[in-house]
Amino acid sequence: MMIKITDQILDRDQIIRSVEVNEAGGICSFIGTVRNQTANKNVLRLEFETYKEMALKELLKISDQINEKWGVLQIAIHHRTGVVNIGEDAVVIAVSAPHRKEAFEACQYAIDTLKQTVPIWKKEIFEDGEEWVSAHP
Amino acid sequence: MTIDILLFGITKDIIGSERYALELEGDVTVARLKEALTSEFPQLTKLKSLLVAVNNKYGQPETNISSKDEIALIPPVSGG
Repeated sequence: MMIKITDQILDRDQIIRSVEVNEAGGICSFIGTVRNQTANKNVLRLEFETYKEMALKELLKISDQINEKWGVLQIAIHHRTGVVNIGEDAVVIAVSAPHRKEAFEACQYAIDTLKQTVPIWKKEIFEDGEEWVSAHP
Repeated sequence: MTIDILLFGITKDIIGSERYALELEGDVTVARLKEALTSEFPQLTKLKSLLVAVNNKYGQPETNISSKDEIALIPPVSGG
């Protein structure tokens, strides 16, 4: 499955391998991991929530746009939902293409657009509270 | 008509539920729905953005809404 939203741990190696094809001259991947602090505050864990039906449609849209714009070979985008602990992968994106330029550009487009359009929300859990990320100006 | 609205992220916290049933008379658009909700829950106006999804697609202010549509409030997304 090339597009996936799951509450299970992401297997980054398997996801990257899933875009391997003989026509590919390069594979570019982006792995979003959970860091242990934000603005000098200790983060204990993240909690992701999603509007899954719509999020899957928006992810497919990104995949279609990339195919149209760069003619890449394979794209995989997997995103976690629920509790994600420090050091775990929140998102893994992999793109294979005949040449590196397309692979790099498509991969960057995928993560940048995901962050702008896909209905997934991240809550940071601190020692002394919690906050929905980017909710307020 | 009654519009059943799905709530996510911070909008769920502000309204205090996973769904909200809004009563509106006459023709309803995305803009009208937002007006009604923000006057009932003023904290919604403090968000960086607030979009409305109609049947899993981002609606425009003039998009019409019927009681059969699946409606969701979309606060600023923060995936990745």
